[in-house]
Amino acid sequence: MTSTTAAAGTGPALQPRAREGQLDVARIKADFPVLGRQVYGRRLVFLDSAASSQRPRAVLEAMDQYYETTHANVHRGVYAIAEEATRRYEEARAKVARFIGAGSASEVVFTKNVTEAINLVAQTWGRRHLGPGDAVLLTEMEHHANLVPWLMLAEERGLELRYLPVGEDYLLDLSDLERLLDGVKLVGITLVSNVLGTINPVAQVAEAAHGAGALVLGDGAQYTPHITTRVRELGCDFFGFTGHKMLGPTGIGCLWARRELLEEMPPFLGGGEMISDVRLDGFSTNEVPWKFEAGTPPIAEAVGLGAAIDYLSAIGLDAVRAHEVALTSYALRSLADRHGDDLRIFGPADVALRGGVLSLAYKDVHAHDLSQVLDQSGVCVRAGHHCAKPLMRRLGVPATARASFYLYNDEADVDALGEALAEAGKLFF
Amino acid sequence: MPGLEDLYREIILDHYRNPRNRGELDCPPALRVEGFNPLCGDEIVLYIKVEGDKVSDLKVGGQGCSISQSSASMMSAAVKGRSVAEVRSLIRTFKSMMSIHEAHLDAGGGDGEDDDGAGALDPSTIGDLGDLAALQGVVKFPVRIKCATLSWNTLAEGLDQAGGAAG
Repeated sequence: MTSTTAAAGTGPALQPRAREGQLDVARIKADFPVLGRQVYGRRLVFLDSAASSQRPRAVLEAMDQYYETTHANVHRGVYAIAEEATRRYEEARAKVARFIGAGSASEVVFTKNVTEAINLVAQTWGRRHLGPGDAVLLTEMEHHANLVPWLMLAEERGLELRYLPVGEDYLLDLSDLERLLDGVKLVGITLVSNVLGTINPVAQVAEAAHGAGALVLGDGAQYTPHITTRVRELGCDFFGFTGHKMLGPTGIGCLWARRELLEEMPPFLGGGEMISDVRLDGFSTNEVPWKFEAGTPPIAEAVGLGAAIDYLSAIGLDAVRAHEVALTSYALRSLADRHGDDLRIFGPADVALRGGVLSLAYKDVHAHDLSQVLDQSGVCVRAGHHCAKPLMRRLGVPATARASFYLYNDEADVDALGEALAEAGKLFF
Repeated sequence: MPGLEDLYREIILDHYRNPRNRGELDCPPALRVEGFNPLCGDEIVLYIKVEGDKVSDLKVGGQGCSISQSSASMMSAAVKGRSVAEVRSLIRTFKSMMSIHEAHLDAGGGDGEDDDGAGALDPSTIGDLGDLAALQGVVKFPVRIKCATLSWNTLAEGLDQAGGAAG
């Protein structure tokens, strides 16, 4: 058998991108082909990683290499490349398990994204265990992905939904937690707000939730790409994250859950791979995690996600987090120095309590207009409600412009944002 | 690539900074209609007063970007006092101007014939739009077309409701 996995996805990352905890951002930028392009004759300043990150060459090459040398369907063919494909798919699962501190690879279910992971929990565990009179506790800062699946289930099953409020300091207000937990069977909570950047005290909430007999579902979409994830230490029972926000391809995410929960949950989608036997009058399900993976899975995407994990691991997530803390601190300071009261930032002031997500309002310029003007400077930010309409109502704004940082951003990117904001001010006032 | 000057014409910025016909009307006799752009959260509230066959008054509320707000402002100035039939015709003309982009793309393989009732815009009718023609540049920024058409779709819905109530 050829060594198809030997260096796939890890080659370029073997050279150091971090020394003594400091990222070599110039070298990292060079790993991302798209960051070398221009728009409107300007350098691309990509500040929208909270929506979707970019991919390093190592990820692109790993996926190409998989397709060029290996592809066949997994868990089926009895021939060399099919076995290789299966091995690489399952290797990716093992990488994920190590990356998030799972007990074993069998606790890692590949899904399309976090949205699917949460829907899976709602439609399987939720439908089995939640009924009229049961309560689910969410937070006011959830993404629609952790709201709508529960609203759908509430409509169907007559559940009560409760919400942990967001305080004036943009942190969750836990003062009423004990009372809110009374009768709650599940707590759904984002680890990091995609709008505010707030890092939530999930371990603390989980401890209280478990004390009240509730399980905890953590939405790690904005956390796992940036901060070392240890699902068990966080106290989560279910945990979802997505590949495309952490340098991997679109179309692959993960649900992690404690093994005994996965064993007990009914299947989600029906089809191939998720069965152990099918008769014309019934079926029996496959073992976990394959029980939840109906149909041909995203194999190349799993390989790409594995390569993304290799790339991030070679740099070290602690170094990534330290870089983002320093950059966010620089951004808060330099943007406030330059724009003063013209600029509002919706999120905690203390960088220890927040990720690198800055939701902005600049003068009275609408987020759409701001984003449009920034685009002309090559600066990519997200404008809108960020799939968190209840939170936007809470903040009292229809939309914000959101700049978000990742390991390939540097102070020059922040400066470009500051400059582009000034341009926008000139145009509208 | 299109530049910002194609989008943010001075007249658009003027309507954004000094929106015409902002406010509310008593309902009834006026009709209140809301429109939302689910992509960006923009919302528009129109108060439409139809007397006989005329749109006798129109007020605009809500919040949104410069394009949605200026489009609503210009629309209010353009339709006030006109007959319902004229207003409907103006809506068609404006919406077909906003679909130039698609018509142009389709033209790659054919004659650019539009596929819906709106019909491709006859360039000679752009003149009928007055100030509104300034919004033509929006079609070069396809994401923003929904901003420009939000108030018009809301107005069309309002006229349908008013027609239903009258009939």
